[in-house]
Amino acid sequence: MTALIEIERLTKRFGTFTAVDDVSFSVARGEVLGFLGPNGAGKSTTMKMLAGFVTPSAGTARICGHDVQTDSLAARRTLGFLPEGAPTYPEMSVVGFLQFVARIRGYRGGELADRVEAAIGMTTLASVRLQPVETLSKGFKRRVGLAQSLLHDPPVLVLDEPTDGLDPNQKHEVRTLIARMAPEKAIVISTHILEEVEAVCSRAIVIAHGRVVADATPAELASRHPSGKLDDVFREITNAPPLAKAAA
Amino acid sequence: MRTTLIVARRELGGYFATPVAVVFIVIFLALQGVLTFNLGNFFDRNQADLVPFFNFIPWVFLLLVPAITMRLWAEERRLGTIELLLTLPISLTQAVIGKFLAAWAFCAIALALTFPFIITVNYLGHPDNGVIATGYLGALLVAGSFLAVGSALSAATKNQVIAFVLAVAACFVFAVASYPVVTDFLSRNTPALAGFARGISVAERFQSFTRGVISLRDVVYFASFIGFWLFLNTVIVEHRKAD
Repeated sequence: MTALIEIERLTKRFGTFTAVDDVSFSVARGEVLGFLGPNGAGKSTTMKMLAGFVTPSAGTARICGHDVQTDSLAARRTLGFLPEGAPTYPEMSVVGFLQFVARIRGYRGGELADRVEAAIGMTTLASVRLQPVETLSKGFKRRVGLAQSLLHDPPVLVLDEPTDGLDPNQKHEVRTLIARMAPEKAIVISTHILEEVEAVCSRAIVIAHGRVVADATPAELASRHPSGKLDDVFREITNAPPLAKAAA
Repeated sequence: MRTTLIVARRELGGYFATPVAVVFIVIFLALQGVLTFNLGNFFDRNQADLVPFFNFIPWVFLLLVPAITMRLWAEERRLGTIELLLTLPISLTQAVIGKFLAAWAFCAIALALTFPFIITVNYLGHPDNGVIATGYLGALLVAGSFLAVGSALSAATKNQVIAFVLAVAACFVFAVASYPVVTDFLSRNTPALAGFARGISVAERFQSFTRGVISLRDVVYFASFIGFWLFLNTVIVEHRKAD
């Protein structure tokens, strides 16, 4: 097992506030890592640093061995990233937007068309392919963002809340898609839906107040509470005040 | 280079996918028409040239160019698409230049659509079309300068109104820097700055183009002016992108 994502002592401070505090972990090919934590815990900031968008205050992140700061273009070529809120250009059509991303990624001609079609197929966007993104429902918009991240079949996928705003059927489709891709890729997904972690993730990291407070398989994590429910464990470890935890 | 053009093409397509392009071009042409023919006394002057047309163009650009640039980066930051754009495998410089080129190409299209003025003046008399050509080149460089200023200031805020007002104010400074009001005031108080103010003025440089003169100094001035503001643009985006 080779680690495709390596994060070492990553720290981000905004003024006096420490959003991400000394976070280290690595993700190997075949792993689906569920990134959990309350709002404001530092999940998105960690993912943004991993994607090279936010510059870390300290520490390093590597994707397929490429440092995201010093070798950022190489790192980004091997990364599929779905940013928080799945932003897309509202006036572009679904196909137009995906073609733009494919061109930036260096595809041309027939291969470009094939890539775009494959991404549309995987995310079942065929019915809205010519519609401007701004006219789509929240679930479709999310899937356009997802299609963009899958377009170049990257070895590393970092998805910030990929199923937010999807209906139960769509959630199921996206989870099936992630599970299908899992063997060849290293995938990180952030989510608030704990059942999702149990359904698709092979490993879960819980982050609170910018620190990693748990790193285990979903089953292990669930067994830490007498009830055996992930919800209870999550509440227990993320509600503790940060100072008490540091002392313990 | 290819990547820069892909960014530019998407951006330019964005203008025409929204009413921005049509509104801008119609207002630009209407303003230039009214100003040239009515305020500029195009007919009463009885001279076959486009001097009134070129006299007004920096002022029209002063008002309209910031309307193009205000959304350039502010909108990306507001929508969050900046996170998408800057995590694709492109450099920040490519993104900045691509967006600038799109806005510049758009201004060039608007300028090209003023061709009826050239037809009119050629129909009525025998103008020096070489002078008209250099005037157009100068106008394009003025547009580029204002675009570079506006683009950099657009990166400094998420709010498009603030981006617009800041850009108009900054462009105004570079437009009036060589005017007597400014230079007289400066030579009375700080003489050293008077020459400097004339040196950085966009309007002053543009004047020589409208007289049919292309001097290397002026071309270098415009190139370094645009280059400086685009450099500032990348610095501001890099610094503020994640805020």
